[in-house]
Amino acid sequence: MIMQRCLPMSVFLLIACFATVAFASPFHNHDQPVSANRELEALSNRGIDWPGASQIMRVATLQNYNTRLVVLSTTILGTASGLIGTFLLLRKRSLMGDALSHACLPGIGLMFMMMGALGGDGKYLPGLLLGATLTGVGGVVLVLLIRNTTRVKDDAAMGLVLSVMFGIGVAVLGMVQAMPGASAAGLEYFIYGKTASMVMQDFTLISAVAAAVTVMSMLLFKEFTLVCFDEGYASTQGWPVNWLDIAMLSLVTSVTVVGLQAVGLILIIAFLITPAAAARFWTENLKRMLLLSGMIGAISGWLGSSISALLPRLPAGAVIVVVAATIFLMSMIFGSSRGVLLRMLARRRLNRKVGRQHLLRAVYELIESRKHPEMSDVANVAISMDELLLRRSWTRSELEKLIRIATHEDHIEYYNGKLIRLSEPGFGEAARITRNHRLWEMYLIKHADVAAAHVDRDADAVEHVLGAEMVRKLEEELVKRGQALLVPPSPHTIITGA
Amino acid sequence: MVWLPLDTWIVVIGALCAMACALPGCFLVLRKMSMMGDAISHAVLPGLAIAFLVTGSRASFGMFIGAAIVGVITAVFTQWISSFGKVDRGASMGIVFTTLFALGLLLIVQAADHVDLDPGCVLYGAIELTPLDTTMTIGRLAIPRAAVVLATVLLINMAIIISFFKELQISAFDPALATTMGINATLMHYLLMSMVAVTTVASFEAVGSIIVIAMLIAPAATAYLLTDRLSVMLVISAVAAILSSALGHLSALTVPRLFGFESTNTSGMMAGATGLLFGFAWILAPRYGLLSRWFHRKNLLAEDPTVTGE
Repeated sequence: MIMQRCLPMSVFLLIACFATVAFASPFHNHDQPVSANRELEALSNRGIDWPGASQIMRVATLQNYNTRLVVLSTTILGTASGLIGTFLLLRKRSLMGDALSHACLPGIGLMFMMMGALGGDGKYLPGLLLGATLTGVGGVVLVLLIRNTTRVKDDAAMGLVLSVMFGIGVAVLGMVQAMPGASAAGLEYFIYGKTASMVMQDFTLISAVAAAVTVMSMLLFKEFTLVCFDEGYASTQGWPVNWLDIAMLSLVTSVTVVGLQAVGLILIIAFLITPAAAARFWTENLKRMLLLSGMIGAISGWLGSSISALLPRLPAGAVIVVVAATIFLMSMIFGSSRGVLLRMLARRRLNRKVGRQHLLRAVYELIESRKHPEMSDVANVAISMDELLLRRSWTRSELEKLIRIATHEDHIEYYNGKLIRLSEPGFGEAARITRNHRLWEMYLIKHADVAAAHVDRDADAVEHVLGAEMVRKLEEELVKRGQALLVPPSPHTIITGA
Repeated sequence: MVWLPLDTWIVVIGALCAMACALPGCFLVLRKMSMMGDAISHAVLPGLAIAFLVTGSRASFGMFIGAAIVGVITAVFTQWISSFGKVDRGASMGIVFTTLFALGLLLIVQAADHVDLDPGCVLYGAIELTPLDTTMTIGRLAIPRAAVVLATVLLINMAIIISFFKELQISAFDPALATTMGINATLMHYLLMSMVAVTTVASFEAVGSIIVIAMLIAPAATAYLLTDRLSVMLVISAVAAILSSALGHLSALTVPRLFGFESTNTSGMMAGATGLLFGFAWILAPRYGLLSRWFHRKNLLAEDPTVTGE
């Protein structure tokens, strides 16, 4: 329980720290003539102007007021959207952020029109954000309604609401822009973002919303988890699944609405999806995933906006998305829990293990069939590769590769050049593998009612993942039945293939 | 309100565009891949930007090809990320298209001082201006370039759907069955994706990248509520597409006046009209509409009092 509250708390503290740093530091404006010159150079020079070490230091230590505002705002926004995005991802609603952010547009336009008509300032920010929130939530409710009351599925409902509401928004903005005398130029910011020209008001808003989102997801952690992982169970337990969904999506809406201005409409979608998806590759634990996702969001925001501050003419929103995507790609390849590389290695290891077991058992069964009828022990005789080739459906090159690996592992040795023979440890290993296979076969015949003629293949499919525990149980079972613990004879006739 | 030949052209171009989109859109809706249209239409931005930087003109065939290639790449990357990385399909789509969009934005901004490519134009298009750009004349009738392009795309889409109707149908409803019947479901998937990409790119100039999603999904979803047969659904979606174009332009001419404004963005109104038609179908559809289901439930209750409402 304490752990549960601890983690979002730490994120909250992190945000609080950032906020304090930003507010406590004196707001010196360090705009030096140097940077003005740089801008002029940048305008005349089309190539990328690489920054010097001092420039990097200035941005990294947040010495410039404007840079500090932008970097801190995007970092905090990244943390908050990483947190709430995790729940969205697990709820398989990642694209809901997409639908939502588009649905905000008509609200902004309509609110602008209304406030203008009432004689106020059309660009009054809280009013615009309220409008965006209203239509955003309206869009979400519409998606849920369409999904629940028609046979149109989730995806089409989202696409429909997203595009139709965006279209209406564009039409409304079109009206506003054609309005004589009214300047609606600033409304464009909601589509492309205006990261570079953020003001204190934006920062305060983002911090407040981020704090609210963190606290809310901390309070509703258990409920959100339940809804994410088992919706049906949650509703049979009497949880108001629909209301929880709406609560979750309201949090997403608030992050989206404040993020719209900061990084723009398309790019806030990336902020909601990418960090969470990247975090998923590193852990199977929800709390760790939340923490990681928040951190990845923060790093993307910080690094992206710093890069954009260093290199002129790179819009921060776009750079942030590219940084987040790079982190995602790295996580997808190297992730320690579900990473592609890790899974590939695990599969390779399993394939090797299965191949070795197949080879050793084939050799053992072959030399077993050579056994003198009078003798009780299997003699370790040398065999040729052609004989072995007929034992399973493997090609010569596959078999050669397996034998090569087995000689490296010191299980098989060459004998007189052409022939191969089990080594001392290899013989023991082969006997053990064959014994496990037969124990398993006998178990399947007795308890799973598998026909003796089929049991070989069925046993083949499971024996490689048979744990030591299971083998011990099988052994106990056989001892109870008074059977010897040596390699038991095969319960079916072995086709030697010769 | 004065109706000019220009207005007729706007409606014709809108209708051609909406029909060209609605046909592949039906398959997107049936395959539960509607958001793929959204992803592709956003992601073609870098394709447009690169092609523009390479060829240096805005009306080139190269731009078309570039965008179409990036559209197909979006589908491929989404597939890879969701199958190799085991990421939820929606999320992988979101990651791919936002990243490509960001790259496109970076490219455009980098080239901003010597390039006349406005992201705004890509996002909402300029259907009002398309009739002015005429290239072809038949008799005394000057045909706008957009109409020629969109009519060609519509014909190609129709030809593909007619000639691969059975294959597309089976792989839309049951990809596993399609594979066992010897139909290459993967090939059909990418055929559909290329159709969506090409159509999206062709529709850009007319309606922009977001409204094209409304054209892809809304008429198809409307038709989906009205019928159970794929062939009928295709026809209904085409009719809904034409209606929404006409309705959209009419309301673009009349609605702003009601509120005292001068004019508005026509393609936005067309998207609104597609939503309106869907709303009608949602409420009034003969079998799946809200009203008919409500009556059906009421009748059931009247017939058999033991049946409870829920």
